[in-house]
Parts: sequence; C-alpha cells; structure tokens
Amino acid sequence: MSEKKPSLFLRIYAVFAYAYIYIPILLLMIFSFNTQKLNIRWEGFTFHWYEVLFQDQEVMLAVRNTLIIAIISTLVATVIGTLAALALQRYRFPGYTFSESLLYIPVIIPEVVMGISLLAFFALLGVRLGLSTITLSHIAFNVPFVTLVVRARLHGFDKAIEEAAMDLGANELTTFWRVTLPTILPGVMAGAMLAFTLSLDDYVITYFTAGPGSTTLPLRVFSMVRFAVTPEVNALSTLWVLTVFIILAIGQILQQKNRNINTKKERI
Amino acid sequence: MKTYRFIAMLVVLAILMAGCGGESKSDEVNLYAWSEYVPQAILDGFTEETGIKINYDTYSSNEELLAKLQAGASGYDVIIPSDYIVSIMAAQGMLEELDMSAIPNFDNIGDDYKDLVFDPGNKYTVPYQWGTTCLVVDTSKVTRPITSWADLWDPEFAGKVVLVDDEREVLGMVLAVLGYDNNSVDEAELEEARAKFMELMPNVRLFDSDSPKTALLAGEVWLGQTWNGEAAIAHSENPAIEYVFPQEGCTMWYDNLAIPAGAPHLDAALDLINYILRPESGVLITYDFPYSNPNLAAIDLLATEDPDTYDAYMNFAATNPSTEDMAMLYTIEDVGEGTELWDRIWTEVKGGE
Amino acid sequence: MTIQSPKGRKINLAGLTRRLREDAKAQGLALISPTLLYLIIFMILPMILVVVISVLTRGTYGNIEYRLNFENYKRLIDPLYLRILTYSMWVAGLTTLITILIGYPLAYYIARAHSRQRSLLLFLILVPFWTNFIIRIYAWIMILRTEGLLNNLLINLGIINMPLDILYTPLAVQIGMVYEFLPFMVLPLFASLEKIENAQLEAAADLGARPWRAFLRVTFPLSVPGIVAGSILVFIPAMGMFVVPDLMGGAKTMLVGNLIRNQFLTARDWPFGSAASMLLMLLTLAVTLIYTRKAGFGEDLLV
Repeated sequence: MSEKKPSLFLRIYAVFAYAYIYIPILLLMIFSFNTQKLNIRWEGFTFHWYEVLFQDQEVMLAVRNTLIIAIISTLVATVIGTLAALALQRYRFPGYTFSESLLYIPVIIPEVVMGISLLAFFALLGVRLGLSTITLSHIAFNVPFVTLVVRARLHGFDKAIEEAAMDLGANELTTFWRVTLPTILPGVMAGAMLAFTLSLDDYVITYFTAGPGSTTLPLRVFSMVRFAVTPEVNALSTLWVLTVFIILAIGQILQQKNRNINTKKERI
Repeated sequence: MKTYRFIAMLVVLAILMAGCGGESKSDEVNLYAWSEYVPQAILDGFTEETGIKINYDTYSSNEELLAKLQAGASGYDVIIPSDYIVSIMAAQGMLEELDMSAIPNFDNIGDDYKDLVFDPGNKYTVPYQWGTTCLVVDTSKVTRPITSWADLWDPEFAGKVVLVDDEREVLGMVLAVLGYDNNSVDEAELEEARAKFMELMPNVRLFDSDSPKTALLAGEVWLGQTWNGEAAIAHSENPAIEYVFPQEGCTMWYDNLAIPAGAPHLDAALDLINYILRPESGVLITYDFPYSNPNLAAIDLLATEDPDTYDAYMNFAATNPSTEDMAMLYTIEDVGEGTELWDRIWTEVKGGE
Repeated sequence: MTIQSPKGRKINLAGLTRRLREDAKAQGLALISPTLLYLIIFMILPMILVVVISVLTRGTYGNIEYRLNFENYKRLIDPLYLRILTYSMWVAGLTTLITILIGYPLAYYIARAHSRQRSLLLFLILVPFWTNFIIRIYAWIMILRTEGLLNNLLINLGIINMPLDILYTPLAVQIGMVYEFLPFMVLPLFASLEKIENAQLEAAADLGARPWRAFLRVTFPLSVPGIVAGSILVFIPAMGMFVVPDLMGGAKTMLVGNLIRNQFLTARDWPFGSAASMLLMLLTLAVTLIYTRKAGFGEDLLV
C-alpha cells in the first residue's frame, strides 16, 4: 500500500472511529472503581469491587470452566482442523466437495440454530448437559475456522521444500514434522488463537448446552449484567479487557522479535 | 522430545477435565433456581456443616426450568418451581416423591401453607417462599394515587412502565383488567386481550423478569408490575417506591422446593431442603430476598433476633399482605392446549414493532 | 507384518501403510476423516434432528409427540412471523451497511499506514474484537441509560433538559449491533485493502487518473472481496442475534433469534421452533449464495 501520508480527513476520522470504539470500554473500566453500588453517579474511588470479585465463587468457577473448555476445544479443533486443511489443500479424494461444503456450514448457520440443534441432539441421546457437552459443541464450531485459516496459509506454500526433504531421505512423517509443520505454524497458531477466542467468548451455543455447575464466564457476565448490576461487573470486565490486552501485546512483541531474528538471519 | 511433551500435556488436561467434570461426585448437590433467590450464606452454611458442595445454576422463568428439564438432560437435584409448574411436572412424572422423614423441619412451615391445591399432601414439594406480583409505583415520580392496573394505560406514562417478561403474568393481568379470568382460554376473550395489550405497548419501556427493581431505582421507569420481593428491596433503597394491590386483583404464587425425578444426589438434595427449612435459613432468606415467608418458625426467630426488620416485614404490604389485600389475589393455572394461542398473542404483541 | 481382522481376514499392515503412502486419495481421506466424522456427528446429525422435529407435533405439556404434522410450516407463512423475519433482515442489513460505512474509511486508513503504525492500529482493533461482547454491550447500557453517562453529560452541558430515551428502544439495539460487529467488518476490509499493490495505483496515476478516480476505479473494486467477506461475517450472525435485543431493547423487540429461543425455552414448542430455525437457515443460505456468486468468496483474505 502506498506510503503517502493519508489525508487529514482520514486521520481525523480515524481518531473519532477509535474513540467510538474505546470510550465505552474506558468508561467501563473507570466506573469499576466507583463507590456507589448502583453505579449511576460517580461517588468515590475504591478497590472494593475487586475484592468482591475475587471472593465471588461463582465467578471463579466460571473462569475455571471457561478456560478448561477453551483449552481442550482449541487443542482438538486445531489438530483435526489442520489435518483437514492439509487434506483439502493438497489432495483430491472422493467426497472432496462434500467435505469442503461441510466446513462452510458453521460459518453460515446462525448460532441460535446450532445451539438448539445441539440441545435437541444431546436431549435425544440422554446425555447430561455439562462441561463435556459444551466442549463437544465448541469443537464443532471451532474446527471450520481453524481449517479456513490454515488453508489460507497453505495457499502460498511451496511444495519444493518438502520434495527436497524427501529427496534427501526423510519419510513423510519426518518431513511433516520437521519441514511442513514449522512452516505453516504461524497459520496453525493463528487458527488456534481464533478458536480459543471463539470458545472463550461464546454465549449462545454455551447457553443451550450448559448444565449444572458448568457456567462459563460469558454466561456469568450475562447474569451479572441482568441482575446484580453493581460495579463488580465492571471490575470483572476491566480485568478481562486487561488480560486480553496483555496477551495480545505479548503476541505482538513475540511476532516482532521473530521478524527481527529473521531479518538478522538474512543479513548474516 | 516435543512429541512426548505434547502428549503429556494432553494427558494432563484430560485428567484435569475428568476430575473437574464433577457431575457424578456424591459430595455435591446441584441447585437450579431463580437467580437472586437463594442467599449465598445459606449455601455456604450448608457446605460448611456437611462438606457437600453446592452448584447453583439459575433460570429466569418457570418455562425455562421446564424446558431444560423436559429436554431430559438435567442432572439437577433441587429445583424451585412455582405452583402451576408443579402441577405440570407432577402430571408428567417429572418429580421425585419426597421422603418426608428426611425433612423434619417441614414442621416449621405454617399450616396455611401446607397441603396446597397444586400438591395435595405435599407429595412432591415443600414451600419455599410465596408472594404476589402486583403494582409498584415510584411515588416521587407519580404524584396521583394509583389503584388499578388500568392506570398503566394512561398516556401520561408513555415509556415509563416496566412489566415482568412473563406471558402468564402479563396477559393474565390484561385479562383481569378486562374483567375476565386470568387463565382464560376463550378465543374471543383472548383476542380482546391481545388488542388491549397492544394498546399498552407504547407505555412499556421494558420487560424484565430478572431485576425489575433496577429500572425503577435507576429512574428508567416510574411504575409497573413486579414481584413483591423486588418491590420490597426497591422500597428499602428508596422509600418512595410503594407496592399496591390493584382493584382488579393480582397474582399470588407459591414457589416450592422439589426434586426432579432421577436426581443424581437424592440424599444430599433432601438434606439441603431440610437445611433451607431451618428457622435460621428462613431469616437469611428474608434478609436478602424479602418475599413472603411460609416458614413461621423463621418469622418467630426474626421477631426475637431483629425486631426492626421484623416490624418492617410485618408492616410492608409487599411482604405481609392484609386479609383485604389477600381477597383480591388470583393464581396462575396451566392453560394446557391454550398455550399455543397464548404464546401466539405474546409473540404478536412483542413482535409488532 | 500381518494382523488378523475381526472377520478373520489377514491384513498386511506393511502393505496397508505402503498403499497409504502411495495412494494420494487414501492419504487425503485419512487426513480429513477425523474432521469429517466429528462434524457429521456433531453438526449434521443435530441438524437432521431439527428437520425431523420440525414436522412433529407439540404435546400438551410441551413434550414432543411423534405425529407427522406440517402445520408448523403453515403457521410460519403467517404475516406475523414473516414480519418478524423481514424486520430481522432489515436490522441485520442496516447493521451491515452501517458497519461498511463506518469501517471502510477506518480500514483504509490502517491499510495505508506505515507498517509499524499499522501493527499498532491493527492491535487496537483486535483488543475489542477479543473482548467478550456482553461486556461491550454493558458498557453501552451504562452510557445510554436514562440516568446514564450520555444523558448526564448532555444535561450538565445544558444541551438538553429532559433525558433522552435511548436505552430499550430500537435505536439502542442498532447501536449495540453496530458496535458489536464493527471489528468483524474492519478486519476483512483491511485484509483486502492491504493487498492492493502500490504499482496498480501508481499506474493509474501515471495514466492521468486523479486520486478520487483511482479510488473509484481501482481501489474500490479490488476491495470488494473484503466487503463481501465482511458482510457475510456481519449479516449472518446479526440475523440470529437475540442477546442484543434482549439486553438493550428491553425484550420488546422480537427478532428471529428471540422467536426461536422463545419457542424452545418459553413456549416449549420445539416443533414450531425447529420449523422457524429451518426457515432462518434457508434464508441465510440463500443470502450467502447470492452474495458469493456475485462477488466471490474472499477466503483468501484470511491469511
């Protein structure tokens, strides 16, 4: 893209756009320190609600559940999704078109439909709703996204490297492990990150497939927003935003370092 | 090697997940109830005494409870259904019969609240709280006296009314305003009710079953329909908020502790129910969620322990209705085949934008 | 090495692996089978179940009775439900349009920024994208309430006397939807705008085109795949949304998502809810097909 300076109009517009995006979040964070319980007017500064938050067992349980579900569903979805991407990008086999279309379906199904279908499915099978049903559901909607991302990465992959490796005597498995995987790793990681976010954030599908003791953070936040609208919700939100911020920032820095190392290598 | 570490990680996670599933442990009990209904202090006290962990999941309406349980996949041990839902569930065999010998604290319940019409002989339930769903008015915003539901239709209150998000309560109220039975399945009457309900919509600012008091306290609405406990809490935060028994009458309901059929932790469930029926627990409930308490032993305890709160409880119409107030109350019953028509009207009016 | 199959036939394991290595088709199938199996079980079967339920009957107490019945679909043709459907399409469409209008200049700005600035700008879009959407909606509830921050500000500044009734109106729902979906539009737009080669723009300039012309004739058409991808990522979830109307609309607006949810969890009419779900799915499928046929599916944007 051109390195010319963008017009003044665009720059001012960008400022307003980012303000529109961030002001609500910043206000949310500021009001997490409000002393007034109803959180309508600013009354004073306090950390009280953070204390309440950390003593809130329901929230802590929800955090644990959410992380377990996200980690497991991401792992499974990434593994089988990457395999599927490899299959679709490099091979032709009977049922190819069917498989490809199958992977696009979750993208076009509204979440509510997917949620109720899974509820009906688990109900029919008599499976008790809980962490396992939520995780199984999350894997289902994560896989297509992982596949999509990894396929995009595979798009520009030059098979010559693989062929070279095999010429040098490596078998398929070693080639995959030592050559292919490291090269597509950024794509795989991107897919995994996407799956992780989708799982972490999911409300609708989780709402339909949750059972006793398996509340997740989004479900809990929703409850809190509906009922106890105290600054505790703000405190929770603030911590969530900060956590996301830090994780993404670390990711960015690592990416940056990676690039620097590569440029250094090239110079050598 | 990398592979081994990866697999090891997977194994660890699998163990974590298996250990944390928690659904089949015998030292747990799963409570499924309305949100803002069971004080954390009771749950903590129970866990401290028995070592049994409580998972408290919530729902916003009886229908949601019924729907989740009808889906057949529950795992809940203790639920708190309202009267008409108990009838529906009992008819479908969805409730466990209670072993009353395991619930000696049942004696604490006042006789008036035993053996009620929806569960003769208390086969399946014991009362938890009872209450009413009547008019609530912020008298600092509404200066003239409000005495009937019909007042809600006053154009002066455009966008200032809150209603509970419950089709049985709202439509029932509209039917009552028209002078009909609140459980009517007569098509002509329901058609009239639909039109009347439509007329009310410009005044309705929001439907909220979860926390109608929030809108009141935040000044979003001036009056509306709410549960008595919500009104009581709102009143204690803002004494200008009053609870009114309207001329046309309003709903009286009973919420009951029950055990779904096939509950995984039956013994723990009975213990929990017995614990909740203790006078001390009853007092805690009244502190946090001041509905009307059928646990007379708890009320007596409150009188001796905390006379001020006791007085407030006895004097406020929301928590302690007088006999005249009580005469105006009606109950919700299942409308059976009429559900489709009721639901259609609800959808029509709400979707009518 | 040979092993015995359960049927007693001898399987040559070495031969099998050799075939697997050499036969590309077999390899491909092997790689895709876990995903295929998983999705068939946890996506196709549930959907088939929904189709089946949609032609069954609701029992008196809300259970499902196994009686064949096409009434549910006939019920859907009713103007009431069609009105809800069209209203949902209107809201989803409006959301898509507004996010394009707001998001395009923003994506353009980011795409044209210096690469270091660009990472930062992109990062700043990702943070809200990653933050749980209920939290973001709640932020707006805090702002738009009658005694919320916006009204307080406007009243204190003397701009208005009476507080504005924004929360619990369709306007609030729209604001919430746009806010929620904006990152979903900006990211694909950015991806496609970023790919536009400098060379093409320079060529246009060399040929005498002024900046606006270059934009209209070169940049914009090339960014269409991004617009398409973004539109799909916004329109479809927006169609099925029920959380925003619930939280910000005061449960007064009924969109298709609310309707379906109500059928399952309130009215307990699973057959009717399933029929409505089928209708919604067909609609989104149709929209997707029309859109992608006209402009190509921008999957290559997701690099």
